[in-house]
Amino acid sequence: MVVRQARNLMREPIWIVLLLVQPMVWLVLYGQLFKNVTHLGGFGTTSYVTFLAPAIVVMNSFFGATWSGMGMIYDLDHKFVERVLATPASRFAIVLSQIVRSALTAAIQAVIILVVALALGVRVHTGGAGWVIVILAAILVNSAFAGISQGIALLTRREATMIALANFIGLPLLFVSTTLLARSQMPHWMRVAAHGNPMDWGVRAAREVVLPGTSWGTVGLYLVFLLVLSAATALWATWCFRAYERTL
Amino acid sequence: MDAIVVDGLEKRYKGVQALDGVSFSVREGEVFGLLGPNGAGKSTTVRILATLSRMDAGRAEVAGHDVRRQASAVRRAIGYVPQDSGIDQNGTGRENLMLQGRVQGMGGRELRDRVSGLLEFVGIADAADRVVKTYSGGMRRRLDIALGLVHRPRVLFLDEPTTGLDPEARAGMWAEVGRLARQERLTILLTTHYLEEADELADRLAIVSRGQIVVEGTPRELKATLRGDAVHLELADGRMDDARRILERVGASPEGTGEGRTLVSRVENGNRALPGILSALEQEGIGVESVSLSRPSLDDVYLHYTGRDFAAEDRGEA
Repeated sequence: MVVRQARNLMREPIWIVLLLVQPMVWLVLYGQLFKNVTHLGGFGTTSYVTFLAPAIVVMNSFFGATWSGMGMIYDLDHKFVERVLATPASRFAIVLSQIVRSALTAAIQAVIILVVALALGVRVHTGGAGWVIVILAAILVNSAFAGISQGIALLTRREATMIALANFIGLPLLFVSTTLLARSQMPHWMRVAAHGNPMDWGVRAAREVVLPGTSWGTVGLYLVFLLVLSAATALWATWCFRAYERTL
Repeated sequence: MDAIVVDGLEKRYKGVQALDGVSFSVREGEVFGLLGPNGAGKSTTVRILATLSRMDAGRAEVAGHDVRRQASAVRRAIGYVPQDSGIDQNGTGRENLMLQGRVQGMGGRELRDRVSGLLEFVGIADAADRVVKTYSGGMRRRLDIALGLVHRPRVLFLDEPTTGLDPEARAGMWAEVGRLARQERLTILLTTHYLEEADELADRLAIVSRGQIVVEGTPRELKATLRGDAVHLELADGRMDDARRILERVGASPEGTGEGRTLVSRVENGNRALPGILSALEQEGIGVESVSLSRPSLDDVYLHYTGRDFAAEDRGEA
């Protein structure tokens, strides 16, 4: 089923490109507009673009995840899911294939964003290993939120609800994090709140490997958190699947 | 052994009792038809048997496995061809079949060969590598059937297989089902609201109406239980009760009302009885606009056992 998702993705690569417009705007335009903000100090670098790039990768993978529920709704509406339900395939596998598709998209986009960043003069401090970590962070943030998106898709089955929810939580999560601004510059209460923000975990892990002074322990810690969260949301989504089945 | 055993199924949907004690059984290797008007509960029954829906009460066994407690085993033994096709439109026919096979636990060369064979069998081998979006309605239904057969199930559920097809495609589908039926050990349960379809395809059938099984038997047996011919009388001014009384008096048993002002009754030897019936009605001043005589059909069977007109109920008027 993962193959099917991947194949359908490849058949319409236009999506991968279209969804990249937004992160490019952030990286290039926003990055340029606010480039002097690093003078405030505490950023770990004077290049705002370097500070921003890994965060944009993660932010993009987060927004991509909120869309993953749409794929499920499409399959539900077209009765594809029903057909698979009459087979011995596990419900977990169905949910997982959607999540993997989403994560795959995020990974591809991560690479593209990093390449563009490279062209803008961003250098990943830890080299190849760093690239891998950034992509991994993108994948994990995506799968964690994709699980939630899948669950909501199964419970509500309405696209409008999904879009509303995505918009509702998207911006708050973006601002209550170190995505755009250095930690030391954030108001105290926001700094504290950011601890519970999975997007922030991903941003911090990704930024650790891009900027000098990498603490691998920190990186590992945040990635593990994201992994656990991903497992939890995937299980929750599978539980939602059963709830959906009961309505049949 | 019976391929399917259903006992006292009950299911309530949004305040409507969709199934109200449905019981029947299907023998191995036969084509069994569930015939009934729209909304009778046919699809609901099949979905429960295919483990998609849950029953509220009752018991069901498919291929020897309990539907509730051994769902996985049931799923391995059945093929389900739903009314609303569940095909991935963006994939090709071959890809859809390969996926279905994998999901059923098949793989490798065996699966590839099986898929190629099936594509030939249902006659869409030429279009196998084209995206399903480009298929015609008839081709999609054939792919649907192939999808249900990939893993060589012992029981195949066909839910309204020809609904929405043009006559040519329908005839093709009937031939298809006929071919399938001749395969060893394959039991087919098909639901339909087309009387001719049930008559043509089913070895045995059960008539469902308003969530209950009304009668069960072979098409021939069922028609034979109706002794004699059916007389359809279209009355000019609808004096139904008077007409009924008169018919009984002359020895014709009124069955029920057909469309509009049509009264249907049964009589032995219709040819000879007809003149007597018409003159009796005329004597009482009941105008008859038209009359027809027919050998029993499933239409009449339905009317006989439920007292309602099949076509009207199918349209939602009864």
